[in-house]
Amino acid sequence: MEREVKHFETSAAADEVKSELTATGAINHDEEISLLLSEDGEARRRFLKQALIVGGGLAAAHLLLRYQMTASAQTATARLTAAQMAAGTIPVTLRVNGKTYPLQIESQVTLLDALRERIGLTGSKKGCDRGQCGACTVLADGHRINSCLALAAAYEGAEITTIEGLARGDELHPVQAAFIKHDGFQCGYCTPGQIMSAVGLLKEGCPPGMSVRECMSGNICRCGAYPGIVAAIEEVLGTKS
Amino acid sequence: MNPFTYKRTTDKAEAIREVAGKTDAKFLAGGTNLIDLMKMNVQSPAELVDISRLALKKIEEIPGGLRLGALASNSEVADNKLVRERFPVLSEALLAGASPQLRNMATVGGNLLQRTRCYYFMDPAFPCNKRVPGSGCPAIPGYNRIHAILGTSDKCIATHPSDMCVALAALDAVIRVESPRGARQIPMTDFHRLPGDTPHIDTNLQPDELIVAVDLPSSPLARRSRYLKIRDRAQYAFALVSVAAALDIENGRIKAARLALGGVAHKPWRALEAEQVLTGAPASAQSFAAAAEAAVRGAQPQKHNAFKIELAKRAVVRILDEVANMTTGGAA
Repeated sequence: MEREVKHFETSAAADEVKSELTATGAINHDEEISLLLSEDGEARRRFLKQALIVGGGLAAAHLLLRYQMTASAQTATARLTAAQMAAGTIPVTLRVNGKTYPLQIESQVTLLDALRERIGLTGSKKGCDRGQCGACTVLADGHRINSCLALAAAYEGAEITTIEGLARGDELHPVQAAFIKHDGFQCGYCTPGQIMSAVGLLKEGCPPGMSVRECMSGNICRCGAYPGIVAAIEEVLGTKS
Repeated sequence: MNPFTYKRTTDKAEAIREVAGKTDAKFLAGGTNLIDLMKMNVQSPAELVDISRLALKKIEEIPGGLRLGALASNSEVADNKLVRERFPVLSEALLAGASPQLRNMATVGGNLLQRTRCYYFMDPAFPCNKRVPGSGCPAIPGYNRIHAILGTSDKCIATHPSDMCVALAALDAVIRVESPRGARQIPMTDFHRLPGDTPHIDTNLQPDELIVAVDLPSSPLARRSRYLKIRDRAQYAFALVSVAAALDIENGRIKAARLALGGVAHKPWRALEAEQVLTGAPASAQSFAAAAEAAVRGAQPQKHNAFKIELAKRAVVRILDEVANMTTGGAA
């Protein structure tokens, strides 16, 4: 029995899983799969990021059963009808990393939560959730913002770029490469925000008289990797000028 | 955050109509203060009208000055060439505030309307006359290192944390607003209120009024202006004390002066007495020291912030000296 660990970030990949599971006969209930692979990002992430047994129908069924037992303990989540889930929500279409995501979400969902919980792009981090740490930094139409203080609904139509959207295939963005070269991180939690903020800074330019540190004041690092962060950014800025 | 109705429009009149007559509907622009307040359950409007796409973003010359659209971002205003040349104190003040991300999101109108606040206000576990009128002020007997020393009342000692507003106060800015009753103009110095017996009301803007622009009058004064912000760390912190100063100097004598203090009061504090001391006086260290004394006259320290009085005096002297020594490069 082959065992493969898979990591799904996109709806397309999730669809693949769905057809795989149905094809192997491991799962018979299309509806159950739909629930698991639905917009309930929490449910989907939990299921999809576990070890996925490919080609082993029995083991996959056990996995599904285990999930179902947990899910039925959260009756509300497992049993909501589509209509119930839609009540109190509004349609919001987000453009993220060049792709379009039609969502049905509550008004108060922040851009950060929409990215992480609904779309499954967990690269942007929730640090303080109050616009003070910068871990949630993304680009909106090229400008760096704190996605935790942004309502998803208000950013409909904007071109959002997250950390997942920087590299071109295997080719890293120069800022990403510089962070690796200069060891600009320890735990890595602030790093996506640092990198996105630095990319935004590249476009803005650092005003005369202000240092890189000052121009990166919206991003904190509890590990204290600042020397590497600054060195990385200074290298990229130096190249640019 | 509480659930709320979200509406968005690109039509100014529709936005104003949408809010009119309702007690619980608020305009949403950048959201950097409002969304934060809603997350903390300090404010819970039932409806948000997203005005961020109204055509109010332009920064344009007008006869005698510059008009800042209410939706121009803090970054855009700070970086604007005409702002940097003719109103340098405003650019400096904006760059001294918040973080780059917040400056990209925050707007002129939103910066004006951010709440006068302190950490007791921000925490609904505490009583607070600003959040719940009549419930008391825990800052007065509490930890009040960052609180006000001027214009306080026994109801509230919070400060207005904006840097932009201090610069606008020094520049005699005029706020243009519109409502179902038409358009009116509010001088910057009349926009924010002192706490008095009504600390729950921060500004003189009516609930159904929409800020559409801020006008800055050009002058030789405005060109020779600087901002100084003193805080516990180098970046991203509110001012303990800040000063916006503008001087019109001819042959070593001060023809006109503007001085506004931040971090010391419920609103940006125009130091009118200090301005009188400076007007007609030589641009000298003595004049600056006299102005500093006048600027803090009547200051009432709290238990933990008496240092602000001396700090404010020294900041005034320092910034006046810097302004006097500026090269401004040209006529208004």
